[in-house]
Amino acid sequence: MPTDLPPFAIFLAGALLVPFVRGWPRRVLLLAIPVLGALNVAGIQEGFELSVGMLGYELSLVRADRLSLLFGYLFHLGAFIAILYSLHLRKEESATLQHTAALVYAGSGLGAVFAGDLVTLFLFWELLAVSSVFLVFARGTERARRAGMRYLVIQVVSGVALLAGAMARAAQTGDISFGFIGLEGLSGWLIFLAIAVKGAFPLVHNWLTDAYPESTPTGTVFLSAFTTKVAVYALARGFPGTDLLIYVGAVMACYPIFFAVIENDLRRVLSYSMINQIGFMVCGVGVGTAMAVNGAVAHAFNDVLFKGLLFMSMGAVLYRTGTTKASELGGLWKTMPFTTILCIVGAASISALPLFNGFVSKALIMTALLEEHHYWIWPVMLFASAGVVEHAGIKIPFFAFFAHDSGIRTREPPWNMLAAMTVGAAACIAIGSMPWLLYEHLPFSMDGYSPYDVTHVLTQLQLLAFAIGAVVLFRLMRIYPDEIRAVNLDVEWVYRKAAPAMVRRVGSAIRGADSAVRGAALGGVNWALGGAFRHTGPHGALARSWPTGSMVLWVAVLLAAFLILRAF
Amino acid sequence: MSAHLPAIQIVVPLLAAALCVLVPWKRVSWGIAFAGSVTAFFAAIGLLSRVLDGEEIRYALGGWAAPWGIEYRIDAVNALVLLIVAGIGVVVTPFALKSVERELDGRRIPLFYGAWMLCLCGLLGIAITGDAFNIFVFLEISSLSAYALIAMGSDRRALVSAFRYLIMGSVGASFIVIGIGLLYVETGTLNLADLAERLPALHGERTVLVAFAFLTVGTSLKLALFPLHLWLPNAYTFAPSAVTAFLAATATKVAVYVLLRFFFTVFGTAYSFEQLRLGVWLLPLALVAIFTMSLVAIFQGNVKRMLAYSSVAQIGYIILGVSFASVTGLTAATLHLFNHALMKGALFLALGCVMYRVGSVHIDALRGLGRRMPWTMAAFTAGGLSLIGVPLTVGFVSKWFLVLGALEQGMWPVAALVLVTSTMAVVYIWRVVEAIYFGEPSPRAESATEAPLSLLVPTWALIVANLYFGIDATLTTSVAGQAARTLLGGAP
Repeated sequence: MPTDLPPFAIFLAGALLVPFVRGWPRRVLLLAIPVLGALNVAGIQEGFELSVGMLGYELSLVRADRLSLLFGYLFHLGAFIAILYSLHLRKEESATLQHTAALVYAGSGLGAVFAGDLVTLFLFWELLAVSSVFLVFARGTERARRAGMRYLVIQVVSGVALLAGAMARAAQTGDISFGFIGLEGLSGWLIFLAIAVKGAFPLVHNWLTDAYPESTPTGTVFLSAFTTKVAVYALARGFPGTDLLIYVGAVMACYPIFFAVIENDLRRVLSYSMINQIGFMVCGVGVGTAMAVNGAVAHAFNDVLFKGLLFMSMGAVLYRTGTTKASELGGLWKTMPFTTILCIVGAASISALPLFNGFVSKALIMTALLEEHHYWIWPVMLFASAGVVEHAGIKIPFFAFFAHDSGIRTREPPWNMLAAMTVGAAACIAIGSMPWLLYEHLPFSMDGYSPYDVTHVLTQLQLLAFAIGAVVLFRLMRIYPDEIRAVNLDVEWVYRKAAPAMVRRVGSAIRGADSAVRGAALGGVNWALGGAFRHTGPHGALARSWPTGSMVLWVAVLLAAFLILRAF
Repeated sequence: MSAHLPAIQIVVPLLAAALCVLVPWKRVSWGIAFAGSVTAFFAAIGLLSRVLDGEEIRYALGGWAAPWGIEYRIDAVNALVLLIVAGIGVVVTPFALKSVERELDGRRIPLFYGAWMLCLCGLLGIAITGDAFNIFVFLEISSLSAYALIAMGSDRRALVSAFRYLIMGSVGASFIVIGIGLLYVETGTLNLADLAERLPALHGERTVLVAFAFLTVGTSLKLALFPLHLWLPNAYTFAPSAVTAFLAATATKVAVYVLLRFFFTVFGTAYSFEQLRLGVWLLPLALVAIFTMSLVAIFQGNVKRMLAYSSVAQIGYIILGVSFASVTGLTAATLHLFNHALMKGALFLALGCVMYRVGSVHIDALRGLGRRMPWTMAAFTAGGLSLIGVPLTVGFVSKWFLVLGALEQGMWPVAALVLVTSTMAVVYIWRVVEAIYFGEPSPRAESATEAPLSLLVPTWALIVANLYFGIDATLTTSVAGQAARTLLGGAP
């Protein structure tokens, strides 16, 4: 059925209603919103546009093409899973705040991917930031509040950059439509910067690993679905084929691994792993061929599913045990068997195990890299894939559910959490084993491509076997993850021990450089703030109450200056 | 009747002023003031709608024809200013009823409303008249009544602030009258339209240059252009709440109008901006104002004072638009005249509600009030968002045109600075919002309750206007655009 209701309207209207409904009617309403939204989006025709006039420009509120529709479907699926997951929230967990903020957040994500021009995109871009910060605040802790503030400031800066870029573009070309932009001129770079911040590019990634782990168990699931995916969408729309992105993507895919390996908070590990996955997408967009962009978009789709699933399983652990610290967990499989299995499905998917969805999208990106002869990037991405297996595929389920028994005896999370995870896991497996379900909706035609050819499956299985083998080996040798106990060394062992030591060395070098850069920046900011306070603080020269005489002096100075300079 | 609207616009508040003082009952006196402001408001709407139909209104006061008598001339520029002043008047007067009773000694209230109406009359008069000397007369009426209004503040420092403002205001006014006198000597006329006709022949004259300098500096002082703003923070901080809201939203705006009138209509764009290159003077002052005053606002403890500094910064934005001397720049400036009146009016009224219940507007007094006074605090937050320039509020519309104006001139760094300083507004507004919603309530705030409806309704009326004109900006942008074209097009 063709419709012309903007996709975001249903979510925003729902957000207005939700605060006034309690108990089971609210649950029904919450679940109905993504369902109705999905029906609406299914009815939107390709090529549909909805415009309104504002400020002398034609704003295109909805512009539906294959790319935006795919993200539209994705966001509805993601929102449905996350809403189902958060259905149990009670008043003590600020349920109304979380539900309302989440609906506005999902709605603005939809608004952003359907926005046909840069101003509309900016509106939803800012709304994404402002609504999502409440999902962080809702945790109610001091840490969450501070992390949320930092998050908000950075996101608002991103929005300002986008607006500045949009205006610069409007002034240059008189055109504000959001199509291919490219890194040309100031406007291109400003918009790129805005997306870079939203997409957690290296050096501007901190908001993500800072704020996401501080959010509520349910909030993180929402957060992981929208913000960065909107950035990937915007990249795929505005900057496909930009060479710089290939290298940025490669860096993004690699460096989080070093941080993730040593991180203790499992939700923070997942946040790093998220940056690593976005690295694959950014790289795909950078390659820019039909196959690569398809791969990037498909990987964004799958990432919402498997990363969401992993965040949900960790959320369930957090909900029941109150912690996600690897050092405090372990042995939970005995009391949370279903969660364990579902978490393993997510881990298998993110590790790109054949028959799981990570495989079918990552294969596209890797193939595209080879087709375009990026022989240096390809092994880097292969290394990154191995890293994923290590820190997300194995570390997450292993430390939470197995490892040493922490003695925690708990129970399965509420039914709705399990149901949401089951839906996510089912989607992961369905897309992994029937990839055409996803392929037929990708922006470019995928005729005749199958990820399940011999080379791919074998490469991937070898990679997985190697990575898993390495972890098992390190574990047996007790050099993973802790310090090494005394072991019998012979030549071969030294060689193998050197490798992880190198990894650690490089990792700490990267971390050292990172903290040096940030320390210097912080020092600069403090210095500037101190100076500002001296001059403009309550007793600074600019803020004092001046005697009348000096006020009049200023008048005389101005008049004299004007006359002297103009009269001669 | 409608032919005499220009006279009604001025005469009714003037008569109301006299009546307010004559009646001994404070409520009756308020009633007269309210009736006066309502009449003025409808007169302003009537005038604006006639101007929008494309008419330029000329009204010879008392039937004396133009060069000898005083003529009122109304085009898009002053019709908009009239609407701002009268609109703010009609919103703030109901607010004043309870707020003033709380903050002022009862016997002074009739005097207060007398001064209030005089101030309204003076501001409207400046905007409506087409005669240079008449501008000075009305300027003095509005200023003298404003000094009296500020001096009535309950804090004893109000007296000193009002005195300082008096000195500075008088310096400014005498500069203006010197400028007007010099022009009269050169041209032999006081009528603005006549001046505009005769001045181009005299552009090389040094007397004209001196007149221009005196007028520029005098009005810059009245509109609180950095560094002539020093009277403003104290005056706004210690005045009664209703007075601060009214003056912040109108007085400086009217002074900006005078500046626009003299620069563009009387002296002409060619003289002001091409021969004297005024833009080169205004631009740096505006930028410094925006930047330093936003910075100063960040460190203020008294929220009223913070908003006062922010006002100086916002005047900077307006002058920035003026300095471009382009249609977009002037559209931005006139839009921001209107929009800033809405946002600052709303913010100061919200603070008035706090003053009414808590008795202080220091940031510590606002801690935790989000729970106690949800409507007031929501209004403050919404007004703050508008001040920052968040989309769907009027602040966004102004900033949009301002940045476009800067980009048109190829001034990238200026456009960037406008955006950066918006984030400074985020900081100083957020400090307050954080205290409101996340702070531990102070003992006084603990016992506070929501402000009475007679205070809330005016506050929210302005907030709704902030949102309405932010979403549907067609009316304001078309009026501002028309005003900008009128200003650049020469004679009114």
